[in-house]
Amino acid sequence: MTAVTTTPKKQAQRGRPGQSSPKLAYLPIIFLAFAIGVPLLIIVVYSFLEKPSQGTGVKWVFTLENYKALFIQEKLDGTTALDTRYIKVLWTSFYYSLLTTVVTLVLSIPVAMWIATRDARKRNLLVALVTLPFWISILIRTYGMRQIVADEGPIGKFLGIFNIEWSILYSPPATILGLIYVFLPFMILPIYASAERFDFRLAEAAYDLGAKRMTVVRRIILPSIRPGVISGIALVFIPALGSFLQSDMLGGGKTNMVANVIANNFGQARNWPFGSALAVLLIVLTLLFVLIMQGAAQRRGDKVELV
Amino acid sequence: MASNKKRRASYVAALAAASALLLSACGGETTADSGAGEATAAAGEFPTTGSGVVNLYNWTDYIDPEELKRFTAETGIEVILDTYDSNETLLAKLQSGATGYDVIVPSDYMVQQMIELNLLQNVGVASFPNGKNIKPDLVDVYWDPGRNYTAPWNYGTTGIACNFAAEPECANIKSWKDYFTAGLPKMDSLKDQVEVVSAALRATGVGKDDLCTTDKAKYLAAEELLAGFKPAVIESDGGIERVTAGTSNVRHAWNGSTHRMTVENPDVQYIYPSEGVNLWADNLAIPVGAPNLDNAKIFINWMMDPEAAGRQSNFSGYDNGITGSDAFMDEALKTDPAVVVPADKQALISPLPNCGEEARELYTQVFTTWTTSQ
Repeated sequence: MTAVTTTPKKQAQRGRPGQSSPKLAYLPIIFLAFAIGVPLLIIVVYSFLEKPSQGTGVKWVFTLENYKALFIQEKLDGTTALDTRYIKVLWTSFYYSLLTTVVTLVLSIPVAMWIATRDARKRNLLVALVTLPFWISILIRTYGMRQIVADEGPIGKFLGIFNIEWSILYSPPATILGLIYVFLPFMILPIYASAERFDFRLAEAAYDLGAKRMTVVRRIILPSIRPGVISGIALVFIPALGSFLQSDMLGGGKTNMVANVIANNFGQARNWPFGSALAVLLIVLTLLFVLIMQGAAQRRGDKVELV
Repeated sequence: MASNKKRRASYVAALAAASALLLSACGGETTADSGAGEATAAAGEFPTTGSGVVNLYNWTDYIDPEELKRFTAETGIEVILDTYDSNETLLAKLQSGATGYDVIVPSDYMVQQMIELNLLQNVGVASFPNGKNIKPDLVDVYWDPGRNYTAPWNYGTTGIACNFAAEPECANIKSWKDYFTAGLPKMDSLKDQVEVVSAALRATGVGKDDLCTTDKAKYLAAEELLAGFKPAVIESDGGIERVTAGTSNVRHAWNGSTHRMTVENPDVQYIYPSEGVNLWADNLAIPVGAPNLDNAKIFINWMMDPEAAGRQSNFSGYDNGITGSDAFMDEALKTDPAVVVPADKQALISPLPNCGEEARELYTQVFTTWTTSQ
């Protein structure tokens, strides 16, 4: 007995089991500060500068014009008016991302639950299958998607047998389909991670106590996988908002998302400061979304604790 | 990005015997020597072989890999290839201070800007041994009069590719105005603000010398014309595939791409719109700070050989700026009116406009309004 009590004491002096020196975190923190912080700072600074008369880059003169130009347009006929172009593009991005999030969520919950209820060996295999797309470059997958949804692709040919016309490539549905395809694993995995820890005997107990199927889903299962759902929403919605490739390659260059407009300003339009201002606006809106999500999650969390 | 490479051609230049002075001023000289030992041996004698490497920074898929091997076999210089997808990418990279490139391939308007920004070396290209091969009308170009900085490479025009069998209306498309107002299904546009907006300006009556106007009324007319133009696809890539697959029948297209479509499907023909077409021209140039200056000069001189230039055209599908190269060009290429401009169309050709800041902003404004209102 004495031996048992002394061992934890010794460990306490060296730090608790599983605990290590905080110094190990310094390197990753420094790396992240440089990899995320510095570019972010550059973008913010650039957004307040003028563009040079030729070439790319910035002129070191302070201005607020870039932010003004996001909302106010000096039209070609000489009048000044509210510029709805960028607001519309932001709205399109927001709408596509929302749709992507909702669809991936609806698809992912059953899939994640199904995987979580398999035996351990199958589960590992299924999770590996979900991550399989990550083995291939997103560019190549999007090219593949283009072949699949093309008018003359496999879907079009199959529907052609029944004389159903299929023509979605280079239109918004193709962009959204591409987004759903790319982001689906990012929704499945966190939900699965939550579902895997769920003790399914609880669901059985609920059944035994007379709960209906939907009640079990609503009252027992969904609250248990909520953390996974929230992570999934954040992992899908936020990157989708900044997506570029899908609208470029599947939307035929017409369904502009905000990232496409930002890219054009850093490319052909050669207006880095304005592109930076647009990027800052996107960052602020994303941050706002994260805060709202967090607020909602915390309120939920409080309630659960009160019960 | 396959088609991007073919998007612009560049004209190179650089020749001058007087370059010796400049070279010593550039500071890249010492390293250049180490790259090509015997090269500098005899003053006034142009080296044809060397050692070490030459770092080529080129458009994607714009040069035949076999050609690079051939260069190495003939000169003993290894080529290290890196690629970019637009003039702006190239400019941004050089302006950010990237060194390590010996030969770059900027287009016409970009050459002018790079010279103004002191990014290119004056090596007197016209005085290179093969400088005499530069086509006479490509010597005194606006971006490099006398060809001191750059050597001409591929060049082409931007017009309309039309599938005359699949779309009978092709016969009625004679101008940019016809194209923008045709309202046909299966129409494509390039995603290139200079090409699209300049074509719309031409369609609304702006002359070729006035394409960099700062008169807002003219841009307003172009904007109004574009408001009614809703193509199925706005994209610069993949045009060849779409037209040959029948997904698109009418397309704003580069002549070299159109040539490749015609090879696949003879019903696709190139239209020179009656208001005029833009000529773009790619060039070989040496950036300031090139680590292997002598090798870069050897590379450029080698590329100005008629046979090498002919092979390059066969690969890219575009004509080139070297006299005598047509003897080495494929028959299908030489006889395609899309590639070799017919005599009665010569008057329609004018260089891609290189506009000042104010006009460029107006281009951006018209293009943004159009692409965000689709």
